[in-house]
Amino acid sequence: MQEVIMAKYGEIALKGLNKNTFEDLLVRNIKRRLVKCGEFHITRNQSTIYISPENDDADIEKAIEWVRKVFGVAAVQRAAVLPKDFDEIVKQGVPYLEEALSTAKTFKVDAKRSDKRFTLKTPDIQRELGAAILEAYPHLTVDVHEPDVTVLCEIRDSNAYLNAERIIGVGGIPVGSSGTALILLSGGIDSPVAAYMMAKRGIGVDAIHFQSPPYTSERALMKVEELCGELVPYCGDIRFYIVPFTEIQEALRDHCPEEYFTVIMRRLMIKITNRICAAHDYKAIITGESVGQVASQTIMALGCTDKAAEYPVFRPVIGMDKKEITEIARKIGTFETSIQPYEDCCTVFTPKHPRTKPVLSEVEAAEARFDFAPLIEKAIAGIEIKDFKL
Amino acid sequence: MIYLDNSATTMPFDSVIEAVAANMRKNSGNASSLHKVGIEAEKVVKAAKQTILAALKAEGDIFFTSGATESSNTVLFGVPKTYRHNGKRMVTTSFEHPSVENPLRELEKAGYEVVRVKPPRRGESRDFEQQIIDAVDENTLLVSVMWVNNETGFVTDTAKIYKAVKRRNPKTIIHVDAVQGFCKLPVKSLAADFISLSAHKIHGPKGVGALYRAPGARFEPLLYGGGQQAGLRSGTEPVDIIAGFAEAVRSYPDCGEKYETLNDRLINRLSELDDVIINSYGNAKNILNFSVRGVRSEIMLHFLEEREIYVSSGSACSRGKTSGVLAQFGVSDKDADCAIRASFSPFTADSDIDSLVQGISDGIKRFRR
Repeated sequence: MQEVIMAKYGEIALKGLNKNTFEDLLVRNIKRRLVKCGEFHITRNQSTIYISPENDDADIEKAIEWVRKVFGVAAVQRAAVLPKDFDEIVKQGVPYLEEALSTAKTFKVDAKRSDKRFTLKTPDIQRELGAAILEAYPHLTVDVHEPDVTVLCEIRDSNAYLNAERIIGVGGIPVGSSGTALILLSGGIDSPVAAYMMAKRGIGVDAIHFQSPPYTSERALMKVEELCGELVPYCGDIRFYIVPFTEIQEALRDHCPEEYFTVIMRRLMIKITNRICAAHDYKAIITGESVGQVASQTIMALGCTDKAAEYPVFRPVIGMDKKEITEIARKIGTFETSIQPYEDCCTVFTPKHPRTKPVLSEVEAAEARFDFAPLIEKAIAGIEIKDFKL
Repeated sequence: MIYLDNSATTMPFDSVIEAVAANMRKNSGNASSLHKVGIEAEKVVKAAKQTILAALKAEGDIFFTSGATESSNTVLFGVPKTYRHNGKRMVTTSFEHPSVENPLRELEKAGYEVVRVKPPRRGESRDFEQQIIDAVDENTLLVSVMWVNNETGFVTDTAKIYKAVKRRNPKTIIHVDAVQGFCKLPVKSLAADFISLSAHKIHGPKGVGALYRAPGARFEPLLYGGGQQAGLRSGTEPVDIIAGFAEAVRSYPDCGEKYETLNDRLINRLSELDDVIINSYGNAKNILNFSVRGVRSEIMLHFLEEREIYVSSGSACSRGKTSGVLAQFGVSDKDADCAIRASFSPFTADSDIDSLVQGISDGIKRFRR
């Protein structure tokens, strides 16, 4: 029996004139991931992308796993492709449902009839198909409120589709539809979540990381690289900029007042990020900051950091608790990597009593005690680039 | 590369690599098989047991395990099962390796009483071994003592403890974690009913260890299965790495004097530097722990790493965590945060010590504030 993966759009189904552009992008994003899963044929119709295996080698399970992580996909269904003839739907379709129904106790049938020429009306389909299923699987009972399995029968223009498994997709809009931005990736729990959340809004995300050997270890860098790899299924290709930051941090320690270390360090990171944005046409900066989490993330400190930025700074987790951020990190699979205990550059030379309410003029004065410009040039010249690809 | 982290693990001897490879090529049978291939493998295992017994200068049995963690777990969980009427008290030290300390914590949860004796402080005349002996009463089921501490090198005279405890309560079983001392120290200060050993600390392969059992001592197995090794340690014997283990024991040279010289040299050279304090005392001479005040150990470690000099901060097993064990030896939290452990091998040269001290001296110039 012919099977198909149906990927249903979420938000982009509501788009107006540029809906096509979004759809094209979504199809392209899906196609790139399917390359790993074998040969598939892709068509789209009625706000659904139909992904049909070309041969037996095409791995449907794997394809579903990849497709559900594509932003823009609200739900994924694996369905039987059936002729638009109710007797055939019962004859071929009911046995197809065996795997899903054999372990269930209750079920219901939903039907959608977008082809209004089909002889049976929606309630008729539900009733008749339900009766046929009950007859074939007598251990089941109908529960229309909280069924173990919902069987969905869709009568569309070309075919009828029958399935019993609906997987929730990640939603959002296709990556690439909203330009590109740079995420400051430290290795903690928050920044990968921030990257995920902005990619969900269609932004192509590349990453920048500041490393300070020997204060930070090779393992700290390996961990961030691992995080890049874990974000790729969601974000697509990630270009990873590694900035040598040791000399800047040492100069900061030697020349600036300790209580301003963190805020000045954040400003210097932003200044370097500005330069990379300008050189490579990124339109925004993303950080994993959340208000009140640490001293550099007070409202005043964030204000001081923002003044160094020449691009919009997106902070998608700004209003979230650690618990909420952690939940997302677990869901997308970055949590276990993030909690490996390696020091990152943010905690090197942490002041004992950082200023939680820094005043911009004082911060600027403290920062001006040393001419960081040559070191910034040197750091930028020393950037190493790694590409993480789908 | 200057590798001074031999208490974490060692680089296998060439002869070990060859022994493992040769065994894999020619003699990698299942020691339980009835046919000739199996018999040849069994001979290798038996010969390896004899090699280890000879090195321990002891009579009894050797069981091969996956490593010292398994050996110690086998004793700590298996002995109480056999001798459950001998009491609920266990005596140990306050500075055991996690592979002993954590099983003991589990036993505490199960209702056993665990007495942890603290080591004497530097210069203190307290008889540490006697304190352990005194802690043993008629209700004491087990004594578990580390021979050489992995972080500071502190040596406990387990032979003295063994003799006195057996006089005090002949039923008490004595276990020694001898991982850090085996092949490195003379065995005259080693005696026990059970001894945990590891191959990879003596330039053997990783993934194999041994458990020595004195005649008459018994335990319930940790693993149940095909009944290999007298039914006490099921699982096909990893004959190739067992051959490598035995080769490591045979190849390990007597380095007593060499380690003494290296240890003295390192202490002398470090004394030229300001604010470097030695944390080790009463130590096996292949391990020296010291603190470079004002430079966090992780930073120093990575700095030395840039020069391809490899040392340890605290214990590599608990990477990143501050050592609670150093506190037992009177090292303040602040000094523990700056602690470096250098541990030597038969390959360590005087010039390696000089390079290390030079590196530390340069590190101090760069990092100390």
